[in-house]
Amino acid sequence: MSKLLQTKGLGIQFGGLKAVDEFNFEIDKGDLYGLIGPNGAGKTTVFNLLTGVYKPTSGRIIYKGGSLVNKSPTAITQMGIARTFQNIRLFKNMTVLDNVKVGLHHSHPYNLATAIFRFLPSFSKSEAAMDEEARSLLRVFDLEEFADDKAVNLPYGQQRKLEIARALATAPQLLLLDEPAAGMNPAETEELMATIKMVREKFSVAILLIEHDMRLVMGICEKIAVLNFGTVLAFGTPEEIKNNPDVIAAYLGEEE
Amino acid sequence: MEFINQIINGLSTGSMYALVAIGYTMVYGIAKMINFAHGEIIMVGSYIAYVCLAFYGLPIPAAIIISMALTACLGIVTEKVAYKPLRGKGSLDILITAIGVSYLLQNIFLLLFSSSGRTFPNIIPAGNVNVGGLSATYITVITLVVTFICTGLLLLFINKTKIGKAMRAVSEDRQAAQLMGININTTISLTFAIGSGLGAIAGIIYGCKFSLINPYIGAMLGIKAFIAAVMGGIGSVPGAMAGGLMLGVAESLTISYISSDFSDAVVFGILIFVLLVKPAGLFGKNVREKV
Repeated sequence: MSKLLQTKGLGIQFGGLKAVDEFNFEIDKGDLYGLIGPNGAGKTTVFNLLTGVYKPTSGRIIYKGGSLVNKSPTAITQMGIARTFQNIRLFKNMTVLDNVKVGLHHSHPYNLATAIFRFLPSFSKSEAAMDEEARSLLRVFDLEEFADDKAVNLPYGQQRKLEIARALATAPQLLLLDEPAAGMNPAETEELMATIKMVREKFSVAILLIEHDMRLVMGICEKIAVLNFGTVLAFGTPEEIKNNPDVIAAYLGEEE
Repeated sequence: MEFINQIINGLSTGSMYALVAIGYTMVYGIAKMINFAHGEIIMVGSYIAYVCLAFYGLPIPAAIIISMALTACLGIVTEKVAYKPLRGKGSLDILITAIGVSYLLQNIFLLLFSSSGRTFPNIIPAGNVNVGGLSATYITVITLVVTFICTGLLLLFINKTKIGKAMRAVSEDRQAAQLMGININTTISLTFAIGSGLGAIAGIIYGCKFSLINPYIGAMLGIKAFIAAVMGGIGSVPGAMAGGLMLGVAESLTISYISSDFSDAVVFGILIFVLLVKPAGLFGKNVREKV
């Protein structure tokens, strides 16, 4: 029985710097996995490798039994891996609704001819279906009232939620969240934790998240991988990680 | 009355510039490059229509459709062959390549048709529309109408269809769009196709207006349309439209009230003025570079 996603000896080198090295990792359906580590440990680089933004210089990525190496970001997204960004990257000048619709793009394969001959019933049917689907996604995230606002005008916490909604619109099986709680106050973080749990239940996706907020990571993740200088320092449950002396040393620095 | 007539003439020429400017602005918005070969694409569109009409005697609608389709293909092919391999490299490399493509096309057509002009068939009858004291030729009116229809359809396409949304998404953040499952190559090809297809219409309008075409017509038309696009705020379709119309009117008023020799100077003068006052163009947004 193969896992949803597996990496074997995954690594990338920028010049002389090994940003990620020998990264071995697996995530299964329904997992809620945390990826933590000090700044510059290579966490976002792992995301960029998994989504095809960077080409690995070594190792393999196996998703549902097939290799992802050398696949384009577009292809990988269409295969079911979606992500959010550390610094929010919504389409700022598009409406909230249109942002989600962009995510729906590939799952609604109506073609150019249909778009040109807009009077055909298939056009309005497809657009209407996309509209309804996008709105129901927004409803799940309590964003429907903002549907026609420009994304840039949303409050920060809502923008984060919209990014998750947009990623879910691509119908992923694996959702990568890059520091979803960054810049949030404790109340917003609390709400976000509930949202992440809800997303996992409702959309039956596996979630891999990068986060610095330990309360969030320890609170909702079942498994955690700790990255330091591009290599995995430790794997384990939140309890095990909390008590791992190597991890503590990496975060706090060793006493001389 | 004379003044208003000149304005109408200006709007008509300006809408031809606008059609070309839309091609510049869309390609810039989505592929983030200035396609300096765009003017030559229009010249090609004009010649294709000429060949269809004068050599093969095809009906007018067929000639227009064939010209648009082939020109759109030419746009896609130039992008795939000349620009795509340079994607992600410096913008200067692409700019120089575009200038190269423009000379290549110009010289191919010099070879095929020689530098002497060809008479473009009369597809729009001569004559005037008279309303009140105003009078405008058929071609003036048709140019205006065609441009407004094309721009209207284009805006609908960009704002109301799924593919249009994909184009806007790519224009805002190419990488994020890719990570939402949008195929960048298809989107960029489509942009070139639309820009070039509209260019073919502009080429045909040029042929009708001046009834003489030669392989150099794309150069000046391209430069003026580029100015229109920059004035309107490059990347913005309504901006290109406004920039084109402004340019046309300024040109027409200069020709009738000052001197026809002076018109190009005025056009370039306006460009400098707009850029001094509003560097991002009339409809452009100031994008602050992140430091």
